[in-house]
Amino acid sequence: MKFEGTPAYVATDDLKLAVNAAITLQRPLLVKGEPGTGKTLLAEQLAQALGTRLITWHIKSTTKAHQGLYEYDAVSRLRDSQLGIERVHDVRNYLKKGKLWEAFEAPERVVLLIDEIDKADIEFPNDLLQELDRMEFYVYETDETVRARHRPIIIITSNNEKELPDAFLRRCFFHYIAFPDRSTLQKIVDVHFPGIKATLVSEALDVFFDVRKVPGLKKKPSTSELVDWLKLLMADDIGEAVLRERDPTKAIPPLAGALVKNEQDVQLLERLAFMSRRGNR
Amino acid sequence: MLLTLFNEMRVAKVPVSLRELLDLVEALQQHVTFADMDEFYYLARAILVKDERHFDKFDRAFGAYFDGLEQLDEHLQALIPEDWLRQEFERALSAEERARIQTLGGLEALIDVFKQRLQEQKGRHAGGNKWIGTGGTSPFGSGGFNPEGMRLGDAGKRQGKAVKVWEQRDYKNLDDHVELGTRNMKIALRRLRKFARQGAADEFDIDGTIDHTARDGGLLNIQMRPERRNRVKLLLLLDIGGSMDAHVKVCEELFSACKTEFKHLEYFYFHNFIYESVWTNNLRRSTERTATFDVLRTYGDDYKVVFVGDAAMAPYEITHPGGSVEHWNEESGYVWMQRFMGKFRKLIWINPYPKDAWHYTASTGLVRELVGNNMYPLSVAGLEEGMKYLARA
Repeated sequence: MKFEGTPAYVATDDLKLAVNAAITLQRPLLVKGEPGTGKTLLAEQLAQALGTRLITWHIKSTTKAHQGLYEYDAVSRLRDSQLGIERVHDVRNYLKKGKLWEAFEAPERVVLLIDEIDKADIEFPNDLLQELDRMEFYVYETDETVRARHRPIIIITSNNEKELPDAFLRRCFFHYIAFPDRSTLQKIVDVHFPGIKATLVSEALDVFFDVRKVPGLKKKPSTSELVDWLKLLMADDIGEAVLRERDPTKAIPPLAGALVKNEQDVQLLERLAFMSRRGNR
Repeated sequence: MLLTLFNEMRVAKVPVSLRELLDLVEALQQHVTFADMDEFYYLARAILVKDERHFDKFDRAFGAYFDGLEQLDEHLQALIPEDWLRQEFERALSAEERARIQTLGGLEALIDVFKQRLQEQKGRHAGGNKWIGTGGTSPFGSGGFNPEGMRLGDAGKRQGKAVKVWEQRDYKNLDDHVELGTRNMKIALRRLRKFARQGAADEFDIDGTIDHTARDGGLLNIQMRPERRNRVKLLLLLDIGGSMDAHVKVCEELFSACKTEFKHLEYFYFHNFIYESVWTNNLRRSTERTATFDVLRTYGDDYKVVFVGDAAMAPYEITHPGGSVEHWNEESGYVWMQRFMGKFRKLIWINPYPKDAWHYTASTGLVRELVGNNMYPLSVAGLEEGMKYLARA
């Protein structure tokens, strides 16, 4: 079983290798990279390519590790006990299975995505060490051990907001999705818009890389912004001529809102446009 | 054979452990990749390196392992000051000019000639076609044009003539010690958080109540607890004016990061070194001063003290009474600093200059000695180290 990218996802050689190594050696794969370079998409496409199910566990700042295993719903049990409902006698009725449990008891090998693990508390990854290593955990309420039937393929994404503990990193393989170069980017655009005119793409890429080069941008536009922007350009039917037009008075690219997401960045672009206009006079 | 690679990684300070080595061997055994250099490079990187900050070190070690060439690069980086190679200009050469670039034969010859030139050359150099520097057409240097060139200390993507992936060293700018923004600082400062529930139990503990009630078989059992707060108290003393002007931006960032991270934050300014008074409003520093004795008296010894300053001054400003550049001080800065050391349990000095520049000024060593060696550079890594020290009980 090898991952070679999918018709809808362009995987670079190093990414393919990291994914395949993680699959073969059954280790979690930690994926980092600039926002918008397709970290989450990787898990979705991997599940699709392997023809299996994707289970996603979105991490928030309040997420606790045990929520991925199971939760014991004491409140319902309390209420049921006061109403004298029959099912109160079996504690199993009040255990809510988490995403890890779900992945462990799946009849086939699934892809488990732990999305944005850096959002959680600093201790969060440490609480999952044993579970990810042995792929089993212990349920105190019923005194049983849940073991994975098939070790799921685990993809973990991080935006680098917190440093992850060493003990956790040791157990993972790691891949950093670098910002794609022009030829890879061209492939990505082709995958998303098969019918788009080559010249339009090439002009758009020129403008796109120009914007990325502007010094001091708070958030540089990345792949997902480019794809959105092209979508808008096509919807508005803006031709490549407009893009090619390097008229200094129009230094801001059309529909720039899709590329720059921060009002300071928009101002910066406008100021640069103003300066270049003055310089040309 | 992988043991040598493993060793190179350890030497290059890539944090690898035995576990990663075993993983790599296992991956090779399982034929994840076979007899393909580039694939092996990717595989080794995915398994051995766990953070993009270490990619650059990994690339260098990998190169050293395979041909001993990058080791030379490392060696050269130590020999050649960074600013020779800094890219002040990317020279755009015409095709004609490029055609004129002479090519020296063979790699071996290239290295030999390089060593030789390094011996001869004495100063920083840019442009030109012989010496080592930036933007030129000599085979040695950074950002230039020579089809068979050697690249040195290169920080970004250039003309793309380098042969191997690991020699491109695309990840150099992800190396740590560089990037500083308030966000990174805040996360570094977060190491100093110490949450504790202290004081009156005035918060309704829902989980505890439910838990206890359920355990009691349904008899309501209310639980209360004190609110959870960050108990860390910080006393920040900032050097202002004079030689610190160059570091205003980074200090501002540090200050704003501190302000949002800590609830118990007290701050004061001083100039060059700590004497008998400090101030909190820099505009009215001459009129509104606080006696340093009051500072020492007011704040408990559980406050963590952080000095921020470049510690670059004349040594007598520290050691002698009357040494201050601004006024006559009855007692020397040395004495005042010792009072701080005696009062507070945890004290660090953060220096905006990088660690390897500290030995340029004698006073830096003096201050460092005074604060019990707890001086840290003002970089994310340095801050983290400092916070780690402060957080220790």
